[in-house]
Order: sequence, then C-alpha cells, then structure tokens
Amino acid sequence: MKAIVCVKQVPDTSGKVAVNPDGTLNRASMATIINPDDKNAVEAALTLKDNTGCEVVVVTMGPPPAEGMLRELLAMGADRGVLVSGREFGGSDTFATSQILAAAIKKIGVDAEDVVFCGRQAIDGDTAQVGSQIAEKLNIPQISYAADVKIEGKKVTVKRMLEDGYMTIETQTPCLLTCIKELNEPRYMSVGGIFDCYQKPVEVYDYNTLKDDPLIEVDTIGLKGSPTNIFKSFTPPQKGQGRMLEGADKNTAAELAAELLKKHII
Amino acid sequence: MDFRLTKEQEMMQKLCREFAVNEIEPLAAEIDAEERYPWETVRKLQKYGLLGIQFPKELGGSGGDNICYTIAIEEASKFCGTTGCILSSHATLCCWPIFKYGTPEQKEKWLRPLISGQKVGAFGLTEPNAGTDSAAQQTIAEKQEDGSYIINGSKVFITGAGCADTYVIFAMTDKSKGNKGISAFIVDKDDPGFSIGKIEHKMGIRGSQTGELIFEDMRLPADRLLGKENGGFKIAMTTLDGGRIGIAAQALGIAQGALDKAIAYMKERVQFGKPIATKQGLQWMVADMATEIEAARLLVRRAAFNKDHDIPYTKEAAMAKLYAAEVAMKVTTQCVQIFGGYGYTREYPVERMMRDAKITEIYEGTSQVQRMVISGQVIGK
Repeated sequence: MKAIVCVKQVPDTSGKVAVNPDGTLNRASMATIINPDDKNAVEAALTLKDNTGCEVVVVTMGPPPAEGMLRELLAMGADRGVLVSGREFGGSDTFATSQILAAAIKKIGVDAEDVVFCGRQAIDGDTAQVGSQIAEKLNIPQISYAADVKIEGKKVTVKRMLEDGYMTIETQTPCLLTCIKELNEPRYMSVGGIFDCYQKPVEVYDYNTLKDDPLIEVDTIGLKGSPTNIFKSFTPPQKGQGRMLEGADKNTAAELAAELLKKHII
Repeated sequence: MDFRLTKEQEMMQKLCREFAVNEIEPLAAEIDAEERYPWETVRKLQKYGLLGIQFPKELGGSGGDNICYTIAIEEASKFCGTTGCILSSHATLCCWPIFKYGTPEQKEKWLRPLISGQKVGAFGLTEPNAGTDSAAQQTIAEKQEDGSYIINGSKVFITGAGCADTYVIFAMTDKSKGNKGISAFIVDKDDPGFSIGKIEHKMGIRGSQTGELIFEDMRLPADRLLGKENGGFKIAMTTLDGGRIGIAAQALGIAQGALDKAIAYMKERVQFGKPIATKQGLQWMVADMATEIEAARLLVRRAAFNKDHDIPYTKEAAMAKLYAAEVAMKVTTQCVQIFGGYGYTREYPVERMMRDAKITEIYEGTSQVQRMVISGQVIGK
C-alpha cells in the first residue's frame, strides 16, 4: 500500500510577488514555502504511514530548486520523492498541470489499495481544480474538502466539509482526497529525518520520462496545451482613504449597510 | 574556508525557527512568570529529536553535529533563554560525559534513554564551597569492599534538579589527592539516599528549575563509576569545555532575539513625527550590536566546528562563551533602553531577555574563569 501526495511549492505570500511578462508568476525570484493545504495532505499520508507502515511518495511539478522542498518532506518522514520538471511543462494551467501530474502518478503506479492526497487549493493560483482534475484523469473516485479521514483496508470514510455543515462519504481505494487545514496539524521535520533525507531517493521525471503516456501531447501540456491563458494580471487598486460615517441612528446604519453591499463586503 | 551552512544545517535552522516561533515563543513569558519547567516543550523537543542532536543514531541520537546543536540553542534562545538552557545542560553536561567516558553497558543503560529524549539529564559539580574552585569538593564517596560506593554530601545550583532523571555527579574518592582524587558517578533520581533540597528563586531563566542535590549514605554499585576512579576532574573540565559552547549559543540567541525585537519596535514606534528607527543615535547602537552579535556567532560556530572535527576547542569554547555572554548582557541592556519605559515593563519581552542574559556570564564558568582559561592557553601555565 502506498500514499502518493501531490505538493506544490508556492511563493511566500508574506514576501514580494513577481510576475513574468506572460502573466505567470516569476517563481525563481520569490521566497518559497510548501503550500499550506499540501502540508495537511502530507500529514494525512504520514499518519497513514504511522498506522499502517505504508510507503509515502511525494510528487511535485516545478523548477529544479523544488527538490529542496521534496527533501524537507522526506525529512518529515516521506519515503521517496518525484520531481516532475521540464521546460515543456512550464506555463501550464490547471488542465495541463493535471495532465502532467496524472501521467506522473500513473508512472509511480496507483495500486488497488493506494490513496492519492492533494491539498484543497494552492495559495498562489487559488483555483482548487488540480486535485479534482487529476482524479478524473486517473479515473478514480475523489472526495474534496476532507476534514477527517479513516482508512480501513480498502474502505475510505471521509468527513467532507461544506459551507454550513459536513457530509460523511464512504468510498473504496484507489481514490483521491483533497485536504483542508481542519484535517490535522502538520508535523515538523525531525532532526534525524534531516540527516537521512539526502540518502532517500528523489527521481526526476522530465518530458522524455512521461512522453509515452497518452496524456502527454504537445497540445495538452505547458503553455501551448493550456485551454486558458492569463490575458492580463494586475495589482488590485488600493482601498484609499477610509470614510467615517457620522451619527448613531438607523439612517447611518442603513448607509453603512448600503456601502458594504456596494463593495461586496456583505 | 567556507562560511555557508550545509544543506542539512540550513534545514536544521529552518526546523528550529519554525519550532521556536510556534512552540517556544508562546510559552516564554508564562514559564518565566510562573517559574515553571516547560514539560510540554521538553516532550516536543524529544519527539523531534532535539534532545540528542549531536549524538549518533546507533545510540538513539539524531546523527547531527555540534554546529546543528548550536543552531538549535540559538534559535530557541532568541525567544526563551530557559529553553536554550534546558537544551544545553541536558545534551552537553549529562549526555556528553557518558558518551565520552561511559562503558558500552553504561551507554546502553543510561545514555540511550537520555539522547532519545525519554529521560532528562543533569550535572552535579558545584557545592556551596566549591564553585569557581571546583576542586574543593566536599562530597565524599567511600569505596566499600564489594566495590560499591557510599556517597555523602550535597550539590547546589544544579540545573534541572528535581526535573532530571539521570545525574552525572562528582565526589572525592581520595581526599588526599585534591583534584586528582575526584571521581564521577551516574545517579538515578530513584536511588535510595538521594533527595532534592532547596529550589532556587532566580533572577532569570526562571523556567529552568535550579536546586540542591542531597546525598545521605547513598550507595551506588561499582558500575555507576564513570571513567576511572580519581579521574573525575578531567571529566568535569572536558565536559565544561563543551558545555560552554552551548551557553555561548544561548547567549548569542538571547542577544539576537533582543535585537530583533528592538529593530521591529524601532520601525513602529513614532516620536517627533517619525519612527525612532530614523534616529542616528539609535541606528549606530543597532550597527554596533549587530556587529558584535555576528562576531559572537562566528566564535560560537568556530568552537562547534573544532569540536566536530576533533580539533582542540578549550580556548575557542572559552572565548566564545566569554564574548557571547558579555555581548548578550550589553545588547539586552541597550535593547531595554531602545524600548524606553515600555522596555522596563513585563508587557514586552526585552526585560526578561536582560534578566536571562546575566546568568550566561556566570554559569558553566564565570567570565573570570573564561579569562583564566584563555590566558592559560595563550600565555601558558
């Protein structure tokens, strides 16, 4: 049995954001962190490992420096890493990204008892689409917004959060779950793990590794294979000066409510 | 020559920074105010292998080096001098002498649970009349016919007293030989005849419990002797050489932590219509503090590097501890000044850092002892 976790290295949103001329993020020039929801996904996989002794494989698509993030995940307790990296993959939207990741996951191999974990969404693109699209392309069931996960043999029971409550869903492995922060508290790297992590294997899958997969076509990957393109990116306008409303009566309250409605705050 | 950290050391710094911000900083003011040993933090330090950083995995350690160990203490001490003290005293004062001088059986029985973090260790050398003159030991260990020892006496100012499970202590086995008649022993908290006396109320590092050890006809079997009989003084001195690197790292962390807080405050605090960070008088204070902290850091890393590479480090450790402790005292005093009246209140962390800094000039050899050691090494005896 194994747990495969898809992880993304994202810009540290507390740092400076840089954008390329084509509207995509200039990832090389920004400080990076592990996408927060993905850390919950990793923790879910490591918990499964604690309970069942399963293998944990972490996979990411990104530039070569993303290997550093994979090493950190190995130091947390993952067993091996896969770095999907190649110029051909650059500029991918969620469709192209999920094509490539699904092909990589097929190469790692999804067996009958395996579970694929993803984060709900990445804090840079904020789409929450990649996990679901990977599940579709692997043709396995998916449960998103997982806030509690129980895996017993092939039976998977998940508490799936909704805006005003939750539902409990049962499915079978193999399946894909997208995780939210309510699911768990991610562990730290361990000191012993740090001194082991460079001994653990990290494989690089480039275009040549994946090109024989039917999902990988020139028109299904990278910027060219992306049905959507970023037309324009811009910084939202500053809010400007605040405005004080005078008075403590019903009219002022109504005026305040109208103003908040106008700005889509309520 | 290369001043960069290795990839593993960088990851170690990242781990320790995250751990310090999430786990150590939130408790720092509370354990200081309540004079409470942070058991919850100690359990987490254990879980992540931070209590056995520089010891081999074969013995339950984490397989790191002394640079990593100083990084961990520095990062913890930026927010909490107490936690830095706990890390340092456990690893270098109790684990290391057993690691260096223990038999394979002693390592298996006593060291493994210490460096894997299941047990906490302490070191008992100081007595009421044997502080800086540590050879003036009055605790007596009388050898019995069956090879066991009966120990009578007491120790004071012992870091971890009452919290620790395992103690490395020193006693006179041959009073006629002075410092050549001292032996080291391993004591378990449950040994009959062993008890904890007075717990001190201290100015700083108040979460670290400090107190008295009392031995009344405490009988230890022969296999508790650490190293050779009458070889204890050398064990104590070499242990303290390494311990000083830990205290130097603690002082370094306290200084850096105080400066970080002061710089953030200077950017926020407005007087005369501008943040006080724009005032040249304060800018120059910050420049001097940052420079001295960096000098201290290089001395600390150098001493740890020597220890990692089996290069003599007695002088380097003494210099690092002397300099870092004095920098910590100076920097924390100035950071209280930068915070103005607020710095004198317990609402802000810098007064605690100033109180914590003072002990680094005293314990594990006062600044005066460090100067004795350094001059002895530089001039010769």
